[in-house]
Amino acid sequence: MTFRQILVPLSAIVLFGVLWEFLVWVNGWPNYVMASPSDLPPAYARYWELFLVMGWQTLWRTVVGLLLAIAFGIFLGMVMGFSRTMRDALYPLLVGFNAIPKATVVPIVALLFVGDHNFNTILIAFMISFFPIAVSVSIGLSTLEPEYRDILASLGASKTTIFWKIALPKTLPEFFGALKVAVTLAFIGTNLMEIVSPHGRGLGALFDSGKTNSDYPLMFAVLIALALMGIVLYYVVVALEKIFAGWAERSPSY
Amino acid sequence: MSENLIEIKGVRHAYPTKSGSLPVLDGLELSVPEGGFAAVVGPSGCGKSTLTRLIAGLMKPDHGEVWLHGELVKGPKSTVGMAFQNPVLLEWRTILQNVMLPLEIVPTKLSKREQEDRARKLLALVGLEGFEEKRPSELSGGMRQRASLCRSIVHKPDVLILDEPFGALDAFTREDLWQTMHKVKAEEPFTGVLITHDLRESIFLADQVVVLSGRPAKTQYVMDVHLTGDRDIEHLYTPESAEALNILRHQIQIAQGRTEAEEPAK
Ligand SMILES: Nc1ncnc2c1ncn2[C@@H]1O[C@H](COP(=O)(O)OP(=O)(O)O)[C@@H](O)[C@H]1O
Ligand SMILES: [Mg+2]
Repeated sequence: MTFRQILVPLSAIVLFGVLWEFLVWVNGWPNYVMASPSDLPPAYARYWELFLVMGWQTLWRTVVGLLLAIAFGIFLGMVMGFSRTMRDALYPLLVGFNAIPKATVVPIVALLFVGDHNFNTILIAFMISFFPIAVSVSIGLSTLEPEYRDILASLGASKTTIFWKIALPKTLPEFFGALKVAVTLAFIGTNLMEIVSPHGRGLGALFDSGKTNSDYPLMFAVLIALALMGIVLYYVVVALEKIFAGWAERSPSY
Repeated sequence: MSENLIEIKGVRHAYPTKSGSLPVLDGLELSVPEGGFAAVVGPSGCGKSTLTRLIAGLMKPDHGEVWLHGELVKGPKSTVGMAFQNPVLLEWRTILQNVMLPLEIVPTKLSKREQEDRARKLLALVGLEGFEEKRPSELSGGMRQRASLCRSIVHKPDVLILDEPFGALDAFTREDLWQTMHKVKAEEPFTGVLITHDLRESIFLADQVVVLSGRPAKTQYVMDVHLTGDRDIEHLYTPESAEALNILRHQIQIAQGRTEAEEPAK
């Protein structure tokens, strides 16, 4: 990372904060309309313990949901990528499932497994995020040019060998593209459940309590904390992509 | 049994399609002796790639037999090497690692060190010395095809199957690769089948040119080529070559169902 790569986004963030503060000040908005950046530090100072505990809850449940989504998404993608019949059978089902707004599923799941709060949250994070992964893996596998398969198949290599040596690595760029979408989705899923479900945990519940107590700075502080966490998760994926699929990046000299 | 290394007898094959069965090969015969190099030409879509997949054991013919080395082909064997028009190099591997790929599949007695030496030797043979650590995307089309050629012979296959390997290259690069082919054949002897749509290429590289008829393809015409060992592009411009090319061109026209022969080019 160069100095420039850090400086440019950092100045953008500072500028954004200044604009926000200015907008609130110019309009004379009270806190219950719109909190300003200067309200945030006091909110964090007052609730920092809650932020740590709840932030951790949100984080680990998102990550677990996402890991499940990756495992299941890859599996489903493989099944659909290798078998035409399975693709034809599962695709409409999957699209239909994905089309259901997850906000409507949240209360259902919350009622289904009342009390299993961790389980509920992970389930929603998982359900909302496996779709792009499954689709990208299945498309990556099913569009593999036959010659790629044939260079190994003609030597008597097994399907598994072909998958590990060629199909999987070749699909990695698409997979990481989908993972960037999935990580954000999983995060939305976790928060949906945390906000909707009563006696919830996590940052979503903290947000909800801010709402009940009309503590607007707290609500904004949660939003910012969520954004930060989202950024961190996103860039973890980007870093993994660099490591595992960096070859797909064309060098800029071309 | 016969002394031919590749022996294809009465092969018939059809693909199932939505509009019924599509017969692709019917009455295909091909014999290539050990060390021989057969070029197969024919109208586009007549079943040439299908033929290569049958020889490689990637498919079984509906009818007829494919023999390699006196053994009936029942499935893929590691004694076959293949290269296609698309070089299909793996973008996440270096050129050297790409060339070594078959050695990860085929059982070999070579140590890692020896495997690498062999791959390096082949790359040098085709003029890719110094490109071992490059990625495929850093190479030109002709260079990628050279690397693909190395990969197809790195495990010393008995049979080399080339499916229009030079088809996507410009004319000059293609002629360079013809020369390279001769060099490779001299250093690393193989028995080969070359699919091509370039008649000059067929007589320049092969010692036998097989013309397939239109779909369903049968062996329509076989020509032995008598250009002597050390070939030079000049050989393509001798009266003998001109005559051979004329005959082949005429055969292709018959295969395409265009019987009226055009005025032969000089
Ligand atoms: N897997 C397949 N299923 C159905 N039809 C096929 C399949 N592969 C090839 N064909 C058809 O068989 C014919 C011969 O194909 P191919 O062997 O690739 O011809 P060539 O290599 O001579 O151009 C073509 O008409 C092609 O459309
Ligand atoms: Mg073809």
